[in-house]
Amino acid sequence: MSDTTERVQKIVIEHLGAEADKVKPEASFIDDLGADSLDTVELVMAFEEEFGIEIPDDAAETIQTVGDAVSFIDKASA
Amino acid sequence: MRRVVVTGIGMVSPLAGDVETTWSRLLDGKSGAVKLTKFDTEDYKCKIACEVPYGDGTDGTFNPDKYVPAKERRRIDDFITLGLSAAAQAVADSGWEPQTDEDRWNTGVLIGSGIGGLPSIEKTSLLLAEKGPRRVSPFFIPGSLINLVSGMVSIKYGYKGPNHAVVTACSTGSHAIGDAARMVMLGDADVMIAGGAEATICPIGFAGFLATRALSTNFNDDPTAGSRPYDKDRDGFVMGEGSGILVLEELEHAKARGAKIYAEVVGYGMSGDAHHITAPASDGDGAYRCMKTALNRAGINAGDLDYVNAHGTSTPLGDEIELRALERVMEGKGKGVSMSSTKSAIGHLLGAAGAVEAIFGVLAIRDNVVPPTLNLHNPSFETDVDLVPLKAKEKTVNTVLSNSFGFGGTNASIVMRRFNA
Repeated sequence: MSDTTERVQKIVIEHLGAEADKVKPEASFIDDLGADSLDTVELVMAFEEEFGIEIPDDAAETIQTVGDAVSFIDKASA
Repeated sequence: MRRVVVTGIGMVSPLAGDVETTWSRLLDGKSGAVKLTKFDTEDYKCKIACEVPYGDGTDGTFNPDKYVPAKERRRIDDFITLGLSAAAQAVADSGWEPQTDEDRWNTGVLIGSGIGGLPSIEKTSLLLAEKGPRRVSPFFIPGSLINLVSGMVSIKYGYKGPNHAVVTACSTGSHAIGDAARMVMLGDADVMIAGGAEATICPIGFAGFLATRALSTNFNDDPTAGSRPYDKDRDGFVMGEGSGILVLEELEHAKARGAKIYAEVVGYGMSGDAHHITAPASDGDGAYRCMKTALNRAGINAGDLDYVNAHGTSTPLGDEIELRALERVMEGKGKGVSMSSTKSAIGHLLGAAGAVEAIFGVLAIRDNVVPPTLNLHNPSFETDVDLVPLKAKEKTVNTVLSNSFGFGGTNASIVMRRFNA
């Protein structure tokens, strides 16, 4: 498991109060982890803060799953 | 008009995290005032407050985990947590659980706050200045709005009736009860969850109230002596925080489900001073008219009043103006009525004050005892009204009036009576 994945999972668990074993790469924030639209805005802000990157609004809309977040962050930080 | 009774009460106060512990400590003459712990007061002229005793729930401490999960609390201002917690107690106490859609449509919420999410506004403003707009949380606005206590209570319990909030500074709690009772009287709802919540013990709250010269500043080394309504050494109010929530219910609805009935809400009076944004009118006419109107509505003679829970904030001007207004209501017959200020023990809960104090009125009726005015060693004036100095007093209490007066010159009085079928 990559370092990015671990850090993303930690943020998701903390912000959504999700159970660790449910926070898989394919897990959708809204459909599987109980997030609402405000939660996803907050999650994106937390990713920006943690990884020191900027996620523009149109890109944020494409980040639906844990895996989406990891791959966006890996690309943005590369 | 339909009759309205109190069937549930809940409270988080500077004395304790629940109604009964607060009440017994109040009657024992305990004070909730402490040297302020929430922030460094070095640059502030007032260094004391009546803080809610957060803890693990033992020994009367307030454990918010019992009512609101930690994850949710991060997203809402403290006043909402306090309101949700007091509401949970009141709802449980009432035993009211809507079973049908109709039940839910006929259950509403009217919980106000004087200022709302001031600590969140303060923190978020600092964050905005430091890190820019992209760091402002999507939960900042919904977590600071005053009506979100009502909103979150309705969401939690599925109450789909009137959903409202009052904002009338320090009169909020009394207005909330009076307005909610009217909604029940008029048939807008059969049950209303009503009251106030406040948590403004934060740097900007203190700086703001200090600038109005409203806070006590002479008792920083002796916090429990700071709130001293009617005493000649009083020099301002001590800020408190907390929430008081009542379940108000239409009488037949309460009877049909065998609910416990604490008291009946029989009178509500309102008035405006039309005088000054912060100072009370010196003739006390607004206070007089709202007490008088509440009694008239109730069809009760002033001479039948047993107990008045005063607004009595411990400010130099306000206390005496209220007392003189009461004497005028009593037509010079102040003997026989007791008026105490429980702010002497819990400080001034601002928008929650009227609701917490109405609950004290309910309990005075239940237990036939009136709570004391602490620190009243030397009244600054003479009166025939019994100000209940220092010690609680046992007496028959059938009729209670509770006063609240707020910045802007907004006044409210509630009259409650022992329930007689």
